Amino acid sequence: MTTLIKNGNVYLNGKFQTRDILIKKEKIQKIARHLPEKADRVIDASGKHIFPGFVDLHVHLRDPGQTYKEDIVSGTRAAAHGGFTSLCAMPNTDPVVDNIATVDYIQRRAKDLGSAKVYVIGAMTKKSEGLEISEMATMKSGGIVAVSDDGGCVQNAKLMLNCIRYATNFGLPLVVHAEDYNLAGKGQIHGGKVSSRLGLTGLPSLAEEVIVSRDIMLAENNDARLHIAHISTARSIEMVRQARERGAKISSEVTPHHLILTEEACLSFDTNTKMKPPLRTEEDRLACLEALRDGTIDCIATDHASHADFEKVREFDHAPFGIIGLETAFSALYHHLVKPGLLSLERLAEALTDAPARVLDLPPAMLKAGLPADLTIIDLEQQTHFSPENILSKSKNTPWLDQKLWGKVLYTFLDGRITWEDPDAQIS
Amino acid sequence: MEATPQFLGRNMYGLEDYSADEIMYILEASKAMKEINLRQYKKIPTLRGKTVCTLFIEDSTRTRMSFELAAKRLSADVVSFAASISSLQKGESLQDTIYTLGAMGIDLYCIRHSSPGSPQLVHKYSQKPVINGGDGRHAHPTQALLDIFSIWEHVGNLKGLKVTIVGDILNSRVVRSNLIGMKKLGMDVTICGPRTLMPPNMDKLFGCRVQYELREALRDADIVMGLRMQFERMTEGLFPSLEEYSKHYALTQETIKFAKSDALIMHPGPMNRGIEILPEIADSKQSIIVEQVANGVAVRMALMFLILGGKL
Repeated sequence: MTTLIKNGNVYLNGKFQTRDILIKKEKIQKIARHLPEKADRVIDASGKHIFPGFVDLHVHLRDPGQTYKEDIVSGTRAAAHGGFTSLCAMPNTDPVVDNIATVDYIQRRAKDLGSAKVYVIGAMTKKSEGLEISEMATMKSGGIVAVSDDGGCVQNAKLMLNCIRYATNFGLPLVVHAEDYNLAGKGQIHGGKVSSRLGLTGLPSLAEEVIVSRDIMLAENNDARLHIAHISTARSIEMVRQARERGAKISSEVTPHHLILTEEACLSFDTNTKMKPPLRTEEDRLACLEALRDGTIDCIATDHASHADFEKVREFDHAPFGIIGLETAFSALYHHLVKPGLLSLERLAEALTDAPARVLDLPPAMLKAGLPADLTIIDLEQQTHFSPENILSKSKNTPWLDQKLWGKVLYTFLDGRITWEDPDAQIS
Repeated sequence: MEATPQFLGRNMYGLEDYSADEIMYILEASKAMKEINLRQYKKIPTLRGKTVCTLFIEDSTRTRMSFELAAKRLSADVVSFAASISSLQKGESLQDTIYTLGAMGIDLYCIRHSSPGSPQLVHKYSQKPVINGGDGRHAHPTQALLDIFSIWEHVGNLKGLKVTIVGDILNSRVVRSNLIGMKKLGMDVTICGPRTLMPPNMDKLFGCRVQYELREALRDADIVMGLRMQFERMTEGLFPSLEEYSKHYALTQETIKFAKSDALIMHPGPMNRGIEILPEIADSKQSIIVEQVANGVAVRMALMFLILGGKL
């Protein structure tokens, strides 16, 4: 099977350039200005943009154990719909991914039935309870790419120090969800103006910042690789910036919602504005955006966290934290940041592809002859309507529900096969 | 007096959705309702055939009685639904509860719930007007209306009045609603309490003054309102002992001297006598605490009347 994609604006070496791409079986065979070859399938991509398949370091697939919210099949289909071809699955499933059998289950199932490559992140502590180090080395031999207690956070600094030393011993990066439980308390939204106004308990920025500060110190002292998940405050970013200037191996990711929305969105009491970390202030949002532009923040990750309607559509303080993000990520970012000129399309492309891949040493996410044909074709001139019917995730918990956003994923290719094809797209 | 179309079918989530003129109109209507409450036969037929549901997902006997009496005095049929949040969590969701009640033909909901924003949810599910009877720490607009009504009856001109509210500001929906209503009517509000019970940004958000020192806060006040101090705040580590709290923040004969000599004393109840307010202050001739309760029925009658479109 060969596929020829003609005349697309192809993201190559940091720039968009008009190129033809020839795919043979699962690999990119050639990329050139003009390819005369015939192919079994030809796609005219004139006026469309072609990106390496997007990479998401932060996805909750809910499988095993909570498959009414999402499973490996629906989660990776949602990924393909959003242009993603690789994702990292967070370990807070039921049971928790703290053992090689569960690592194996996820990898096999994704390989057999998935529409994206799934890399597994193992739990940092057993059952992610924050009490004892997990069998990181065994899980590493089973293929995990990092360890994390995401959704929770190791509170005991001594245990965290041991996790850092032990993980580093086996070459595993650590991914940290920074949250001090005592400072966070029963917080519902950012502790600030809107929480004061609405009488909702606040999640103060400090709850994130004291852990970011602690873990940077612990990691730096041990020359460890530490990745701050979903960074959300100006001060956390400043600490990361300074640590990187000192040469510490600290990386971070930011979510689309922290780049676009602020605490003001919570005034609607829409539970799709409730997540951890919470939507922060405009100042924090601008700091995230600036840090993404200048590279202090390495990449974008969605923190895709599905919840069923019966859980999420209810009283604000009883609804669970989290929103889905795989399908809306590109369009939301393009619509709200790139189109108005606040972020370059090139930086967005990088932050969704090779930049995250580098953070966790995943295979390169770029378009190059010889590499797997993982790519996505996007029409920036069309809108996507995120109606419940059009969302492929099992759950519909997104603040962009029912909105139309610029940017439409027409095709996603994974190892040369089509994993998403828009109904309106036409293959000749 | 007639219910004007601008109120018909509206929700009362909070006073932010109502203009100063509209609030004044509600006060006028409340005055008419109060007159009915003073009659020998306290009932008018204006809402005959309408059904009002009081939906209390958080305990409150007093507020529920006040809403029920208000509806009954306007001749509406009243049904009550009371449940604890824990039972609602185990069994039927709020959504299903509203669908069930809606099928029985409810025209107006009065809801008390521990979750901010739940009145909006009730409206979303029922498509019927909703009066917020207190949603968590967010808002309690009927309490604010009855407080403002009580002041208005006594003082007349509200503009420029100096109001001091003292106590657990953090956990008080009464304060938030009063701040919005009083500000709209040109009153000058100071809030006071220990810093651990004071949410950030209150001055900027509500245009009020924030004071941590009681005597300073009370200086030249026309109106002094105490708030209930809840015992459980102590175990949350927000203050060390009721004794110490009382020593610094109780309304006593000594502290009240800093307010104007004829200052009105208010409290939304229920009171902890001897903690946030001493009996001699609560029972003094300047105290209008009992009147507030009576006015609560009148204000709630006025709202139901205006929202459901009655005629007097």
